[in-house]
Amino acid sequence: MLKVRLIPCLDVKDGRVVKGVQFLDLVDAGDPVEAAKAYDAAGADELCFLDITASHEARGILFDVVRRTAEACFMPLTVGGGVRTVADIRNLLLAGADKVSINTAAVSNPDFVREAAEKFGSQCIVVAIDAKKVSGEGEPDRWEIFTHGGRKATGIDAIAFARQVADLGAGELLLTSMDRDGTKGGYDLALVRAIADAVTVPVIASGGVGNLDHLVDGVREGHASAVLAASIFHFGTHTIGEAKDYMAAAGLMMRRDPQTRV
Amino acid sequence: MSVAIVDYGSGNLHSAAKAFERAAREAGLDQPIRVTSDPAIVAAADRIVLPGVGAFADCRRGLDAVPGMVEALTRTVREGGRPFLGICVGMQLMASRGLEHVTTAGLDWIAGDVKAIVPSDPSLKIPHMGWNNLRQHHPHPLLDGIATGEDGLHAYFVHSYALDVRDPEDLVASVDYGGPVTALVARDNMVGTQFHPEKSQALGLRLIANFMRWRP
Repeated sequence: MLKVRLIPCLDVKDGRVVKGVQFLDLVDAGDPVEAAKAYDAAGADELCFLDITASHEARGILFDVVRRTAEACFMPLTVGGGVRTVADIRNLLLAGADKVSINTAAVSNPDFVREAAEKFGSQCIVVAIDAKKVSGEGEPDRWEIFTHGGRKATGIDAIAFARQVADLGAGELLLTSMDRDGTKGGYDLALVRAIADAVTVPVIASGGVGNLDHLVDGVREGHASAVLAASIFHFGTHTIGEAKDYMAAAGLMMRRDPQTRV
Repeated sequence: MSVAIVDYGSGNLHSAAKAFERAAREAGLDQPIRVTSDPAIVAAADRIVLPGVGAFADCRRGLDAVPGMVEALTRTVREGGRPFLGICVGMQLMASRGLEHVTTAGLDWIAGDVKAIVPSDPSLKIPHMGWNNLRQHHPHPLLDGIATGEDGLHAYFVHSYALDVRDPEDLVASVDYGGPVTALVARDNMVGTQFHPEKSQALGLRLIANFMRWRP
């Protein structure tokens, strides 16, 4: 049976992990490759790097990080942040990324999703959707796509956009609630459920995880295929193993393979 | 002893090569890994790996575009009995035909068609993406030491199409995804995995090491 995926996410800037990662056995907590190895050893189901490097010149550093991670970790790696062209995707895949996440470029030019999926296959094209609730109290729920870290409204309906990019060939959607991101208050479950039920491709819930119940809720209430979290793992609040045990105890199907040697 | 990973413009060659190097190192096997688009190197290798991601027709086109490659594979694998491992679309290319978007001829090493996955439960997502358990139908040396079944190890899948084998003898393992989905096929010196061993942590590294020890 297919298992629920638990995905730690690392924000990477100029080749370093932003916010830091607190693992006891980590030599260099700011090195994304060291963090990736620790998550690999802990049994994470996938890993996500979100590159928030501002300058274009520093982007080359990311390729090196992806390359060194792919050499050391034998699990799927998704890389996102600033992906705008077919060349960007090709370079990341060649470096060792398994999936590439497209955000702003998918909003400004949805046809880029089709082009990317046709060229590289839907299996490696993730569309990252940042959505914010725009409906008022008492109104039916409505969410809009926001870009630029949640600052720029686009007027695009989130559910319609999710359907559109899935139809264009996105193999998976990474859905972040801008209202919840960083709050530790849990996913926007109504949003996750609305999108997950609207598309046939898997949806990764993201934004707002503060405890292990939130992970369970993302799957059970939100109908997400995978759950993503950052700070609860980085700061050592919980380990991947604890989270998986908790989710399994709550009745979710989790992968808990021993990390045996060859 | 050497392993050739066929480069025909498709697949995560870097990841595949690194996983083979790691598996060789951990299993104490001295087998240089070469990523190559040279049919002569492929023909001279002791073991051949055909990776592949994307659409069936694109991958077939890419393979055909490398002069002499299909001929070299047919000669050394199909006729010469050299150990061969196809991964994901590289495995699907072993089939008679691919029915993804258009009908495309495969290498026809394993009889059957590559068809869209249609889960019996319509709420199941497509692609079939993530970690699933193998259900073993026949013993095979590539699964030596790998626990299968619901309590066994998991393999990483990402695909919307699957190989529907004509001869049940060719089906070594399947997974359950709203019905059985082909996971591992084998015939003589040829093996194909729908999942990605290079991304399947413990199970994957063990399977790769088994492949490098395999003497069909």
